[in-house]
Amino acid sequence: MSKNLRINNKQFVDETRKLSFVFNGKKLYGYKGDTLASALLSNDIHLVGRSFKYHRPRGIMTSGSEEPNAILQIGNDDALTEPNVRATEIELYDGLICNSQNCWPSVNFDIGGINNFLSPLLPAGFYYKTFMWPASFWEKYEYFIRKSAGLGKSPTKQDPDMYDHRYMHCDILIVGGGVSGLVAAKIASDDNKKVLLLEDKELLGGSLIYDDNDISKIDNQKSNEWLKKLIDNIKNDKNIIIKTRTSLAAYHNYNFLLARQNLTDHLSVNDRNNKIRQRLYKIRAKKVIISTGAIERPQVFHNNDRPGIMLASAVKKYIDYYGVRCGLENVIFTNNDSAYETALSLHKSGTKLNAIIDIRDNSSSEIVNKVKSLGIQIYWNHTVINTKGYKRINKITIMKLNDKGNDVVGKKIELNCDCLAISGGWTPMVHLFTQSGGKLRFDNKDNIFVPDKTNLDQLSIGSAKGDFELDDVLKNSIKDTKKFLNIENSNFDKIDVKCSKEKEKKNIWLLPSDRPLSKTKPFLDYQNDSTAKDIKLALREGFKSIEHVKRYTTTGMGTDQGKLANMHALGIVADTTNTNMGDLGTTTFRPPYTPLTFGTIVGRNVGQFFDIFRKTPMHEWHVENNAKFENVGQWKRAWYYPKDGETMHDAVQRESKAARESSGILDASTLGKIDIQGTDANEFLNRVYTNAWSKLQIGKCRYGLMLNEDGMVYDDGVTTRLGENHYLMTTTTGGAANVMSKLEDYLQTEWPELDVFLTSVTDHYATASVCGPNAKKIINKIFKDLDLSDESFPHMSFKEVKLGDINCRVMRISFTGELSYEINVEASYGKYIWEKCIEAGKEFNITPYGTETMHLLRAEKGFIIVGQDTDGTMTPVDLQMDWIISKKKYDFIGKRSLYRSDTIREDRKQLVGLLTDDPNEILEEGAQIVKDENKKPVDMLGHVTSSYFSPTLKKSIALAVLKEGKQLKGQKLLVPMIDKTIKVTVSDTIFLDKENERING
Amino acid sequence: MFLINCPYCGERDQSEFVSGGEAHIARPKQPTELNDDQWAEYLFMRKNIKGVQFERWNHAHGCRKWFNVARDTSNDKIEKIYKMGEQPPKL
Repeated sequence: MSKNLRINNKQFVDETRKLSFVFNGKKLYGYKGDTLASALLSNDIHLVGRSFKYHRPRGIMTSGSEEPNAILQIGNDDALTEPNVRATEIELYDGLICNSQNCWPSVNFDIGGINNFLSPLLPAGFYYKTFMWPASFWEKYEYFIRKSAGLGKSPTKQDPDMYDHRYMHCDILIVGGGVSGLVAAKIASDDNKKVLLLEDKELLGGSLIYDDNDISKIDNQKSNEWLKKLIDNIKNDKNIIIKTRTSLAAYHNYNFLLARQNLTDHLSVNDRNNKIRQRLYKIRAKKVIISTGAIERPQVFHNNDRPGIMLASAVKKYIDYYGVRCGLENVIFTNNDSAYETALSLHKSGTKLNAIIDIRDNSSSEIVNKVKSLGIQIYWNHTVINTKGYKRINKITIMKLNDKGNDVVGKKIELNCDCLAISGGWTPMVHLFTQSGGKLRFDNKDNIFVPDKTNLDQLSIGSAKGDFELDDVLKNSIKDTKKFLNIENSNFDKIDVKCSKEKEKKNIWLLPSDRPLSKTKPFLDYQNDSTAKDIKLALREGFKSIEHVKRYTTTGMGTDQGKLANMHALGIVADTTNTNMGDLGTTTFRPPYTPLTFGTIVGRNVGQFFDIFRKTPMHEWHVENNAKFENVGQWKRAWYYPKDGETMHDAVQRESKAARESSGILDASTLGKIDIQGTDANEFLNRVYTNAWSKLQIGKCRYGLMLNEDGMVYDDGVTTRLGENHYLMTTTTGGAANVMSKLEDYLQTEWPELDVFLTSVTDHYATASVCGPNAKKIINKIFKDLDLSDESFPHMSFKEVKLGDINCRVMRISFTGELSYEINVEASYGKYIWEKCIEAGKEFNITPYGTETMHLLRAEKGFIIVGQDTDGTMTPVDLQMDWIISKKKYDFIGKRSLYRSDTIREDRKQLVGLLTDDPNEILEEGAQIVKDENKKPVDMLGHVTSSYFSPTLKKSIALAVLKEGKQLKGQKLLVPMIDKTIKVTVSDTIFLDKENERING
Repeated sequence: MFLINCPYCGERDQSEFVSGGEAHIARPKQPTELNDDQWAEYLFMRKNIKGVQFERWNHAHGCRKWFNVARDTSNDKIEKIYKMGEQPPKL
């Protein structure tokens, strides 16, 4: 630490606690209470990064979240490193490691700096204009552009930190713990309201807490001392919950807000173990008070971006709060009175102030008079026209403004300067107000947008509302808060505030220079390197909307989201186009206000908690027997069971052969199950399925197809009549929840007169499906008293039997074409009955098979899978399932749509079978089908929906949807792949057992 | 994220609900009597207005009941909530 830069005895920095940190490989020191930025400045380091496009050297500019330049890579661990961290916001901790971004090989010597000299060749829209042609080259350009784009590096390993979410509710949420927010909190608490107070810094008090001048007085006390007492009072107030280091990220409708609290980022790495890093608060507030303050604006002049050029308010904060001088040869450049506070702070701390340059003709306020009385040289009606010093400012040139303020006159004056404190006025932080849907109003007096209309129960106070002077801030905050909360009297009603009042105002968005604009670099957006020139170019090229100008020039699109740049951009557009700024409007402020880590957003929902997953009662058995699983909706389903290092193909071939030749067993517990009861249950089924249900007897099962009202296939499954008014419907695994919702919707809204009750019982029952020629023998071994003869227990029927105390519903239904029984038991007996089947089937080599084999077996029989062979554009007629559409029923869901002009088209895509000319060639699902490869553009006739190699048929089989497919049976077609073209022939959809004889074993 | 006052459960977070599109479009009692244009009117045509819109909402993660909501699409303000089968309010 350079001795003459650090001023001792500052109450906010603990000089007894020295901390070491590493910046660009160099070990440095700071104190507890420093930010990384103040620690760097105390080591005389301004140059911390390079700008995005021209790689110009850039220094720390601000002391807050609006910082555009000092964004660093924190940490060097592959998992924990974090890019784009603002040095002004990170509290210094022992062992902090940080590096500059966007420079190579180093921030001091950056090869990319050549772009600065090429800048005439890199105007706004350069990339859009240059990399358009030829279009086919884009892939090559993209590689290089991506390499040069971006600032920091993302971590490459999984984030090991823990993040948390918490809901909070309050009467009054106050965002911002500056003086106005604190006063409002106290007024609300005195009225017995539950208050939640958020402050993004570690300490309450805003900028007033370190304001140490003799002009501002509250109740005859120094304003900061008065404020300290208020803070002590609030800290002991039981009605007020205070969350510091907590920044509001988003303000949504209905007073729903998201805030992020930093819990460990200020601790040394060793102290963070097992602690939650950040917490996201989801807040519902009855009323919201926004007291987020204001941001100081820079001024826009030639070379206004050199390291050492800083906001005047930041220079003041570094002195008064952190005890750090930003330079030893200071100059202030301002258009308003607030920078004179910086002048007083510099003077009081014994820091050299060479001059003040003010674009106004004069100012006669109390504070300016005090500065005048100190003998500090003030250049009235002057402007800075240029600055010098590549990596640190060392000189400025100033000239007098003409009467109109659009040109400079007279002699050039050169001044020495290693820190230029600039102030262009203040911008209220209305981001949250507009995020919440509030509309802004332009105030011509201060050239600011202020909150105007809102639909929500919210209030903006303090400088966030446009009050900048202490008496206005306090008196209006008190008055407005009382009105907002319907309070008659408060303890602040007799408050006495004294402060300096600004009388003279002047603003020039783009300051003139002695050289033409084209030869200057007046930066607006420091991070994205957009200048006033770029804005004017965009306007010349025809961009009118401010949103378009923003995107074309990228002004305001950096990680700081234009907190500094936006007002000047708007001002220059308004001046150039002769528009009133109020009519121009602003660009949209979108959440988050400051960047959030992904970790904060997802909270605990990572890894196995990312989504819930559902396991069947037999899941453990599948795991023990080496099953591979696939995700079906949220279910983990056994996919296949590889033995002795089998590939998936080998396992599926073995499993399906076993099912056809002897016996197989499938866990079908995931199928959706809906228990339907009521006197109108039968009528209900008639209305929701395409086929007729009136004649279904008790104890029988029937396959049903369900359509959407648009006639497209929605779901299918077997429904069993358990009793007179009692049915059990099954649905597809993935469609269960949607089918349930759809049926409830119809019952509640279209057919409330029906006496029908639906209960989802998917999780209540487990299902083991035993199939194959030996299935009957296996079932017989388990249920010895059950008559399994075809007469007593035919295909598509159901019996209720007991196994000991267990009630079993046995259905003889088949999705494989084989003789097949499904045993349904209460879920808690699922694993028991499964193991019982395995045990009974041992002598018949019963083979557990997974979803892949199930798909193969049903494809051999041409049974569809809704969602695989259909995609929401297939009618039952398209599927060649005309047989399932009842001709007799007057109505069912989707019936009318089956003869719309579009659904009766002959040339719709229809389901067909495909056989490859080479029986060993397996088609890829999703592959396109064409007739003529040479006709350009090639007509796409359809695509493959299901494809397998059938071990029983010893050839490849596929299902496909094909334009006019029904008429194309026997037709030779082509399936072009990346490296070959496969010849196929259109076939029937049923490949095996057309006579349906296997169903009886 | 708005708050919806379910007529059966009370005020709950929007995340518990799903929207079911425009309300008061009754399924025709005799679809087969309709020509293609009339059926398409029921099946496809929906309003998309800026202002108060009548919508169906379902308390999917609660009582699973459907009900109607009059919502201003310009600011998400809910003007009225009423049960299925009730007439839309005059606003």
